[in-house]
Amino acid sequence: MLSGEQTLAGRFGTHHTVRVAGALIVLLCVVAVLAPVIAPYSPAAQLDIVALKNTPPSRAHPFGTDWFSRDVLSRVIFGARVSLSVAGLSALLSTTVGTAYGLAAGYAGGRVEQMMMHLLDALLSIPRVLLLVAVLALWQPVPLPGLVLVLGLTGWYGVSRIVRAEVRNASSREYVLAARALGASNVRVVLRHLLPNVAGPIIVATTLGVANVIVLEAGLSFLGVGAREPNASWGTIFFTGGSSPTDTWWVALFPGVAIVVTVLAFNVLGDALRDILDPRQLHSIGSRSSD
Amino acid sequence: MAERRAPSPASGPPRSSDGASTAPLLSVGELRTYFYTDSGVARAVDGVTFEIGARETIGLVGESGCGKSVTALSLLRLIRPPGRIEPGSRILFEGRDLTTVDEKAMRAVRGARIAMVFQEPMTALNPVFTVGDQIAEVVRVHGAGSRREAWGRAVQMLETVGIPSPAQRARDYPHQLSGGMRQRVVIAMALVMNPALVIADEPTTALDVTIQAQILELLRDLQHRFGTSILLITHDLGVVAETVSRVIVMYGGEIVEHASVDELFARAHHPYTEGLLSAMPQVGQQRERLATIPGTVPPPTAWPSGCRFHDRCPYAWDRCVTEHPPLYQLGGGHTSRCHLADEPARRAEVHEPAVAVLGGAGGTPGGSRAGEQDNVSERKAIS
Repeated sequence: MLSGEQTLAGRFGTHHTVRVAGALIVLLCVVAVLAPVIAPYSPAAQLDIVALKNTPPSRAHPFGTDWFSRDVLSRVIFGARVSLSVAGLSALLSTTVGTAYGLAAGYAGGRVEQMMMHLLDALLSIPRVLLLVAVLALWQPVPLPGLVLVLGLTGWYGVSRIVRAEVRNASSREYVLAARALGASNVRVVLRHLLPNVAGPIIVATTLGVANVIVLEAGLSFLGVGAREPNASWGTIFFTGGSSPTDTWWVALFPGVAIVVTVLAFNVLGDALRDILDPRQLHSIGSRSSD
Repeated sequence: MAERRAPSPASGPPRSSDGASTAPLLSVGELRTYFYTDSGVARAVDGVTFEIGARETIGLVGESGCGKSVTALSLLRLIRPPGRIEPGSRILFEGRDLTTVDEKAMRAVRGARIAMVFQEPMTALNPVFTVGDQIAEVVRVHGAGSRREAWGRAVQMLETVGIPSPAQRARDYPHQLSGGMRQRVVIAMALVMNPALVIADEPTTALDVTIQAQILELLRDLQHRFGTSILLITHDLGVVAETVSRVIVMYGGEIVEHASVDELFARAHHPYTEGLLSAMPQVGQQRERLATIPGTVPPPTAWPSGCRFHDRCPYAWDRCVTEHPPLYQLGGGHTSRCHLADEPARRAEVHEPAVAVLGGAGGTPGGSRAGEQDNVSERKAIS
């Protein structure tokens, strides 16, 4: 007897890229959570402003030190907390808002859906980066929850489009009509019958969204409107070293590598999830094991 | 207006012999369901009147696009915009008019008092839940028991519909069951709240013939045990012959003939019913091709004038083009929407139907294709 979950779990296991990317992301999260334990120094401690200013990587400081004689390794480790939590939370916020909007539009149908999608088109026509810069420039210094809010509320359009398309597809299935015919309320139909059937694309969109936000947040930090000291993200650290990359390459290199590796891991994971959670492929597995 | 008055309640359909004293379980009066589409108003159901008695099984027959399924969905008020049930329609059920009750009361009727069995058991079941969960969900929706009780009812129901080792099967997902098993699950979902009326919309169409017989047998058996009334929607007169007591034939959104099943097979009156009967394959008959009714059902946005069947009818004469026929009483509760009841001599004058003369196999001029598209958009609007 082959059950649906076992099959799905089996596909996760055999997918090597997912394993590698997933393991890497788990590792990064562990590092972020355990930062105070792992990091050799405090990220803000100016160790010796005279002797340890801008020293290259050494045994004592594997990632070197920066202009203020702070340990770059410790800063990158603590930066993981900021980068990952800002990206993760705002992607989650985007997904929640986008899913709710997409579900509502797709299930409502008719004129309501048309108006909601027109509104979405209007919102999509505003360049995200410019909007973010404008809002953040007015909101300075922005606290981290504020940053999450602003990033999250400008990133849900794509998700809601995906969800709306999936809902339209799923709600033409007879089981949605059947659920209504058996007395389920609209809310129940949407949450219990539609949402689980559109979960795959939502998970993929969220994963890719995290990667997107990490890059975006780094860019905003470069423009001086992102994460600020003492909550330095990888982006913040990178661009403190970016002013003199030839002399103090280590200050920029290590947070840069952290950004690239993390974004790559999330993108790879997202793409692999897209393959794994494809409902058509799930369906083909279903028909193979039936009858 | 005269034509609307013909199917008055006093001259209603024949009652089942035992239930003569009681009021009918369901009484549908002048039901009109229109879809306001971009290509015009689709009058999918256009003035349908019938009754179903307690413990009675009646058949609703017609080609695709005749309004059978829309009638069924209207009874449960599951028509979504741009479709709507027109004012003046009546759906009297257990002492209430379902066209006027609020949505909450309607939800309490759906699944609990009137349940529906769908055609395609694969798509009627949610792929991401176990079948036990889905049956229990119906109980939960109607607040009729705790999670544990609902699961118990689900397992019990699976046993009732003849699924072996129900406790294990309840944990299976729909794709792990065969087509016949799935349809049994769908029936279990419909019957778990012991409804007074089950609407079965082509419940056997997606199944192979041997399974079809089993499912029909199951429906009959359950009806005897639970005392449920059944409205059986089908385009298969063979299914009707062995299952129901009365038959309603629909064409063009209207009832065109209404009779007891024996009467219908012995003395079909309406040319459309005749066509359906002669299109049935018969054992022992040596023919290369099955007989068909020429043309296709016209689009519901543009029913033909007069009698809606006139362009496909081998008897039609000028009166049929101009005058919409009422439901003529033929005695014994047999009614037919055909002017032949008025001028029976015309039955001798058989000719090629207008569609065959005008457009060959293509149906009404430019109509066939548009009709199909219309049906598609209609289905979308419903779901």
